[in-house]
Amino acid sequence: MKKFEVLGTGCTKCVKTAELIKSIAAECGVEVQVIKETNPEIMMGYQVMSTPGVTIDKHLVHSGSIPSKGKIASWLK
Amino acid sequence: MLSLFTQFADWLAYSIFGLSPESKWGSALQFFIEDTSKIFFLLIVMIYIIALIRASLNIERVRDYLAKNNKFVGYILGSFFGAITPFCSCSSIPVFLGFTSAGIPIGITMSFLLTSPLINEVAVLMLLSLVGWEITLIYVLIGMGVGVAGGIFLDLIRAEQLLQPFALKAYQTADFSSDEQPASEKLTFRERHEFAKTELLDILARVWKWIFVGVGLGAALHGFVPESWFADNLGNGQWWSVPMAVLAGIPLYSNATGVIPVMESLILKGLPLGTTLAFCMSTVAASFPEFIMLKQVMTWKLLGIIFSLLLLSFTLVGWLINLLYVV
Repeated sequence: MKKFEVLGTGCTKCVKTAELIKSIAAECGVEVQVIKETNPEIMMGYQVMSTPGVTIDKHLVHSGSIPSKGKIASWLK
Repeated sequence: MLSLFTQFADWLAYSIFGLSPESKWGSALQFFIEDTSKIFFLLIVMIYIIALIRASLNIERVRDYLAKNNKFVGYILGSFFGAITPFCSCSSIPVFLGFTSAGIPIGITMSFLLTSPLINEVAVLMLLSLVGWEITLIYVLIGMGVGVAGGIFLDLIRAEQLLQPFALKAYQTADFSSDEQPASEKLTFRERHEFAKTELLDILARVWKWIFVGVGLGAALHGFVPESWFADNLGNGQWWSVPMAVLAGIPLYSNATGVIPVMESLILKGLPLGTTLAFCMSTVAASFPEFIMLKQVMTWKLLGIIFSLLLLSFTLVGWLINLLYVV
């Protein structure tokens, strides 16, 4: 199972990002775990400066915007 | 060209709605129509064009640039980038930490963060179209001045000692090696267009309600507050009117987009320029929600210092402008 973290200080875009990942995973029938990470220290560890950021299994894959559906789908493969 | 919007508003308010230009409702409605139509038109056209130009500027580049440059230029650059970099206030914490862990002095980072809410392309465009280039220039100079002065002061008092321990540690152990030089990618026009489109929709989605609220308040002031009320009551001489305006601005939380139409109206009503600017900047920059957010990386003491610093500088600037600039 893939573990996603959505990094962000709680703005609406971060909430939307987390929901989008969950809903696309459900569509594709992939089981995922999505955690919202709001701790700034952890964000600093990933060197993320524009939120929302997305990590998969502790690797940063995206930052700065709500990812596109295509991009999310590609992470789920 | 902008007189087109005045004519449109006159026509709609007086001919179609049949209100008299002398009536309160007539003058408020005319103000509302003129300002909203003008602002939306300008924003749509200009944000798109500006975004096309600045598509390749991102926060990572700004960080690399600031980390490499000399300290004294740094404050001015920090403030300058704060004004032109697109950046949502919900990112202030990660940006702060990103800068700090790259070894950029706290003062320069704060020059960036203090200037950022005050000046941005939307604010400048609105000022230009509503109050003219002279006041726009004064506004921009003050905004950057407060950012630069605040930054220098914070470094002088060694503000980094007042950060939260993990942030201080990140600053002290910063080793910023620019080995991973991001290739300065050339963007195609198509990519720029996509960026500009997203940016435009993003900004509009964020500011449209502020424009209506701001212009609505401005219009109400314009129509319903008697012409000489401000001049009579807060006009000249009372030294306390500036600090009062700054204090009044604290609980009012708004962004620059919402406050500029109010500013236009206050100036038209004869409120002295310094008092008006002090009030508006305090509304925009000294807002509790954003300060509480910074608590995650700073101690209360440092937050208190920055907050007082802002209030003090807006007051001083207000007095100075009232002395120098008599309309």
